[in-house]
Amino acid sequence: MTTHKHPTIVERTGPALIEMKDISIAFGGIKAVDQASVDLYPGEVVGLLGHNGAGKSTLIKILSGAYKRDHGDIFINGSKVEINNPRDAKALGIETIYQTLALADNVDAAANLYLGRELRTRWGTLDDAAMEAECRKVMGRLNPNFRRFKEPVMALSGGQRQSVAIARAIHFNARILIMDEPTAALGPQETAQVGELIKQLKAEGIGIFLISHDIHDVFDLADRVTVMKNGRVVGAARTTDVDHDEVLGMIIAGKCPPGAIPGPGALQSAA
Amino acid sequence: MSVTTDTSSSPAMAKEGPITRFFRATEIDARVVGMIAAILGVWFIFEILTALQLWMQERPFNEGLLGGSFLMPRNLWTLLVQTASIAIMATGMVLVIVMRHIDLSVGGILTLVATISAVLQVQYLGPALGVGHWSIWIIATIVALGVGILIGAFNGYLTAYLAIPSFIVTLGGLIAYGRGIGFYISDGVTIAPLDKTFKIVGGGVPDSWLGPTWSWSLAAIACAAVAWSITNGRTQRKRFNFALRPLWAEILLVLLAAAAILGITLIVNSYPWPPKLIEQYALLNQIPIPAGVEDKSGQAICMAGEKVVRCAEGLIFYTGYAVPVLIALAVGLVMTFIASRTQFGRYVFAIGGNPEAAELAGINTRMMTVKVFALMGLLAAISAIVSSARLDAATVSLGDLNELYVIAAAVIGGTSLAGGLGTIYGAMLGALMMQSISSGMQLLNLPSSWQNIIVGSVLVFAVFVDQVYRRRVK
Repeated sequence: MTTHKHPTIVERTGPALIEMKDISIAFGGIKAVDQASVDLYPGEVVGLLGHNGAGKSTLIKILSGAYKRDHGDIFINGSKVEINNPRDAKALGIETIYQTLALADNVDAAANLYLGRELRTRWGTLDDAAMEAECRKVMGRLNPNFRRFKEPVMALSGGQRQSVAIARAIHFNARILIMDEPTAALGPQETAQVGELIKQLKAEGIGIFLISHDIHDVFDLADRVTVMKNGRVVGAARTTDVDHDEVLGMIIAGKCPPGAIPGPGALQSAA
Repeated sequence: MSVTTDTSSSPAMAKEGPITRFFRATEIDARVVGMIAAILGVWFIFEILTALQLWMQERPFNEGLLGGSFLMPRNLWTLLVQTASIAIMATGMVLVIVMRHIDLSVGGILTLVATISAVLQVQYLGPALGVGHWSIWIIATIVALGVGILIGAFNGYLTAYLAIPSFIVTLGGLIAYGRGIGFYISDGVTIAPLDKTFKIVGGGVPDSWLGPTWSWSLAAIACAAVAWSITNGRTQRKRFNFALRPLWAEILLVLLAAAAILGITLIVNSYPWPPKLIEQYALLNQIPIPAGVEDKSGQAICMAGEKVVRCAEGLIFYTGYAVPVLIALAVGLVMTFIASRTQFGRYVFAIGGNPEAAELAGINTRMMTVKVFALMGLLAAISAIVSSARLDAATVSLGDLNELYVIAAAVIGGTSLAGGLGTIYGAMLGALMMQSISSGMQLLNLPSSWQNIIVGSVLVFAVFVDQVYRRRVK
């Protein structure tokens, strides 16, 4: 575990934590993701940017096991892995905070925290007391004012639900964290707190894919950005090598600036 | 670090009325209290109506609490036995509906399973092993349960893996299983009589009645179990320093449960055998029948000269709990355990709450669907055994309309058709409610057209009340 004084400088030596190579997926003839490649190193935050429908959420759902890719390979620490469903992804240490939060609304926070990997007693029954106790500990760190442990999560506020979703992603020693619009439902103060959390997780050596439409957020938190348009990667760049306008140009026009490495989706004239 | 702030930690305690405080302290589900009150209300209404009917017809009052025919041991005992079959299936229907599916085929499965097991007993095992062979009931039961599980799993497979809506899959089953395959196997003929031991499950023969001694013993064990589970729950909460219920609330809960158990036991232990059966039993076991004077009011029998007559006090046996009622209670306990204490139950509710989230959490939702439908098939098979054993026959109409009563029981018991919400005990109480209403109307001799109108209206009204309650709680 390494601590960086300057979080924007990441040692990118050795194999990547995650490398997704030439990933394609089509839904009913439409190529949602076309020959996309991204990578992520330990302790690095990579922002994925693009319009709605650019394919960033789809690409990330392939990594989290929600969709099965048609083509391409995924490598973790240099070795090829098979991710065919969410269970495979979790077993590899890939945790996801979905934009929709993906909570079971009718059960309580502890049941959501442990959904799919419940603690059990020695008789094989659910150990609800132990799960609640663990949940109280985790939420105590994440959101000290959280008290509503007995209520179904549908009774909680947007921010509270978000903290349950975040708790679930970080509680099981994730190596790779995917955050799909983690601040979309939050106010400014809560958004800042999520920013703090990302820095803390980064310092612990966790690699983070951050999907956001807020370009300022991404520049604050990410070491690199990868921009997608129409299912293809326009280009990838260190956030220190490009400015806001150049990134906006990538998102809107698909124009790759000199500071970025162009991808298959970049405008030919810009190369 | 803190992501959000929470200002609504706990509602102001001071503003709570005594009733709210009571429910909070005891953690009793207010809906259960409402349902039990509604059932008791229905019972009293029918008691009064039957008494009124007797009075208007200028006939003598019956033995009921208020002179009617409803609140008397014989009727309540029969009510429990009649509820068993629907209650057993309703426990499974809760899980099916919680998972956002429906099973319209349970009546068809019931008919088909009963037919297969009856044909097996009467046409194959009887001739092959000799009628009354000890192993017949065991083979018939295992085959019945196996067939039920297979049909249920088949429903689940079509729903989960071939993505056919469960409504359609089981609508097909409703048409094809009972009156299709069942009719084909039995040729539409009533298959009877069933194996002697098999019949015990039905509750129609003296061997299927526990008698007062065993009933009281069972009640004592049940009371002890309630006390143990509440004590155990308290220990668990202490282990993690969670808030405890006040001691008075714990003791009150134990006392309430014990009172209910002992009360029901007292009722079933006050229902005497029919005089004819007492006579048969006495003749068979060479028990002398005491001498007495003819007196039509009692259930006991005496000898008046050469004649066996009813008398107030004489030779009398009490039934106690009937086997089908115990089976239903056991199924209810096991299903409650499955729903609330196992990973399987947790997944059923999580899938019902948000199927996509459950899938993303790594739950194999398709396999869960198959398992839940297989469980439903198993329960329909248990009901098939109970119903056919009670009738001592299998007929093509055995399970008719059962699917609708089962769904109605689950829904009256608070199961939400939108999925994610429902309780086992609610569905069982719902089944008791449905049966109370239909048996009360039969006592009143209402024409069946009126009975159907009322049952249908009650279903709709019950769901309306439940909706109003839920909106107010929110």
